[in-house]
Amino acid sequence: MKHILSALVQNKPGVLAHVAGMFAARAFNIDSLAVGRTDDPSLSRMTIVVIGDDRVVEQVRKQLAKIVTVVKVQDFAGMDVVARDLMLISVACPPEKRPEILALVEMFQGKVVDIGSKFVMIEVAGPENKIEAFIEACRPYGIKNLVRTGTVAMARQSRVSAAENSDDGK
Amino acid sequence: MTANTIEKTTVPTKPGSQIIVDTLLEHGVDVLFGYLGGVVLPLFDKLYDSPIRVVIPRHEQGGCHMADAYARSTGKVGVVVATSGPGATNLTTGLATAMMDSVPLVALTGQVRTELIGNDAFQEADTTGITRPITKHNVIVKNPNELAQTIREAFFIASTGRPGPVLIDIPVDMQIAQVPATPPQPLDLPGYRIRERGHARQISAAAEAVNSSQRPVLYVGGGVISGNASEPLRKLAKKANIPVTMTLMGLGAFDQNDPLSLDMLGMHGAAYANFAVQNCDLLICVGARFDDRVTGKLKAFAPNARVIHIDLDPSSISKNVPADIPVVGSARHVLTEMLELVEYKERKEWFDQIAEWKKRHPLRYNRNAKTIKPQYVIEELWKQTQGQAIITTGVGQHQMWTAQFYRFNRPRQFITSGGLGTMGFGLPAAIGAKIANPDALVIDIDGDSSFNMTLTELSTAVMYELPVKVCLINNGYMGMVRQWQELFYGKRYSCSSLKSPDFARLAEAFGAVGLRAEKKEEVPAVIKAMLAEKRPCVADFHVDPEENVWPMVPAGKSLHEMDGLDIFEMA
Repeated sequence: MKHILSALVQNKPGVLAHVAGMFAARAFNIDSLAVGRTDDPSLSRMTIVVIGDDRVVEQVRKQLAKIVTVVKVQDFAGMDVVARDLMLISVACPPEKRPEILALVEMFQGKVVDIGSKFVMIEVAGPENKIEAFIEACRPYGIKNLVRTGTVAMARQSRVSAAENSDDGK
Repeated sequence: MTANTIEKTTVPTKPGSQIIVDTLLEHGVDVLFGYLGGVVLPLFDKLYDSPIRVVIPRHEQGGCHMADAYARSTGKVGVVVATSGPGATNLTTGLATAMMDSVPLVALTGQVRTELIGNDAFQEADTTGITRPITKHNVIVKNPNELAQTIREAFFIASTGRPGPVLIDIPVDMQIAQVPATPPQPLDLPGYRIRERGHARQISAAAEAVNSSQRPVLYVGGGVISGNASEPLRKLAKKANIPVTMTLMGLGAFDQNDPLSLDMLGMHGAAYANFAVQNCDLLICVGARFDDRVTGKLKAFAPNARVIHIDLDPSSISKNVPADIPVVGSARHVLTEMLELVEYKERKEWFDQIAEWKKRHPLRYNRNAKTIKPQYVIEELWKQTQGQAIITTGVGQHQMWTAQFYRFNRPRQFITSGGLGTMGFGLPAAIGAKIANPDALVIDIDGDSSFNMTLTELSTAVMYELPVKVCLINNGYMGMVRQWQELFYGKRYSCSSLKSPDFARLAEAFGAVGLRAEKKEEVPAVIKAMLAEKRPCVADFHVDPEENVWPMVPAGKSLHEMDGLDIFEMA
């Protein structure tokens, strides 16, 4: 089962190595890892997606918390969270296919960010299944290049989903 | 004159190397173990005038084991220093040993100048990269103003919570830079939390489980020793009337001469300890971690028991065996709290059963053999030292026989590499323990193969006039390897025999005393002579080469499926 762990870490050199090294040393698998600064310049946030049964993930959580530079760890399992990936994808797009592809982009609430004579670069953000679906939708046209961030996530404060999160599939 | 220059002239500064020495002194460091090299010369220059005693090993690994045993035998933080590159890589075995056994160490390594880092400079190695998985924490100092505070944090992290080694990598320019001396600041460790005090509800749940248990067993490990919890453990065992078994790391946590002692459990543990664990209805684990050498086949471990797990490290709890009552907290605090809540129960049936197991399956060997049995040497040593010596070991058969036949009565008396199983640990550990305990009798019970790995440290013992004893169980083999080859590889002794030097003469060449026993009847006199010796001494006992460690739980079997229980009945 997939778990999203959110770790608040000290913004110090070597922290990423400590975290990545621990995962490797204990044979835990990272599905994705996203790191960025927070509003507090002394802290960064790591969002780590791991696959494993509850016991394995519990060990991951404890081992993460044990790292001196890791300040706080939260497992989002069972919580109502907003989880998002960001993808840039470059798709083959001869002029005659443009209307089709642009319609697809619209359907997925994506954005065309660059357009050339043969290819179009599209930005799509959303939950992982939406990203996967968009990749499948683009595949027939020919994917030239693809880059994805890892998942970032945040727990909802309220039970009511805002309209802008309606693409959550919930 | 600008304000800036006024400040520069009025704030006194010191070189970073002096700051290091001052901060070590601030933490009460009286001895450190260190080997020189290019990028630690500034530090050693300042150590020259300091009150800190510097012990130079012959190899950085030896120095690290010395600091380790200094720490294990006292509870204080051990300090080891090495240069960059090969100096630092030579530390790794020692750091991993300390990490696995939760020993508080601070390791300081020199590093090449900051601007050379990453350039493949002479004697450069990525020390923090290499040591990350074998230290509790490590850090490279890149701002000389942070030196003192980094060292303060290192001592705090190494010695608190579940202890462990902390390494600080210090580029040589950090040691040379002039920095203002700063008084201690509050430590900036927002991610480092220790839960010393166990949760009251969990503690009372644990005590209730103890009170309602018919067949409880206390299973205690090194955490009781490092957590200074032997006294509350003794009181709890006595008050609630619970038998106590110890892991290899836990030996000494509970007096083995006490009738409640079940001695060591596990692969080469006492049968009565393993049987008690397998038949208990409540297993109270304190400061141990259900290591595979303890549990045997995990699924069949203590099948009828509820499990209480008391540990300072939350990640140890439910890692291998799910705990029914987890208690995160220090052994000392939790046991002391439980003591108030437990009641005495007679449990006659349980103790009768244990007495029968003890009677039927004592730890034994063939006392009538004509050869020198290794167990005999250790038993005789135990008798002649009245069981009071500080004992270190290497790793292998001699280590297991020591655990079985030297009966420990106090914490910090037995110093051995448990988790990592580091051959060569014994002699440097004996030296470190002797430096920390100059009035104690310190004996390294070693194997010939283990001793061969670090015997160069005899030179250190002679140089510092440290009368450590090496009681060498010499069987000419890597004994434990040979035993496994005998049992599981059809007696094909592939590469497991060694040609050793004449250890007694070698000892003499080092300036130590060499003794030898080849006949059984010589053993008591040689031990006596070794103990009387005022200089470092190696006593070489030529033991039965193919003696095995019994009993034994073969790998993959359950804890009660022990081989070798009846092996001596005919003898």
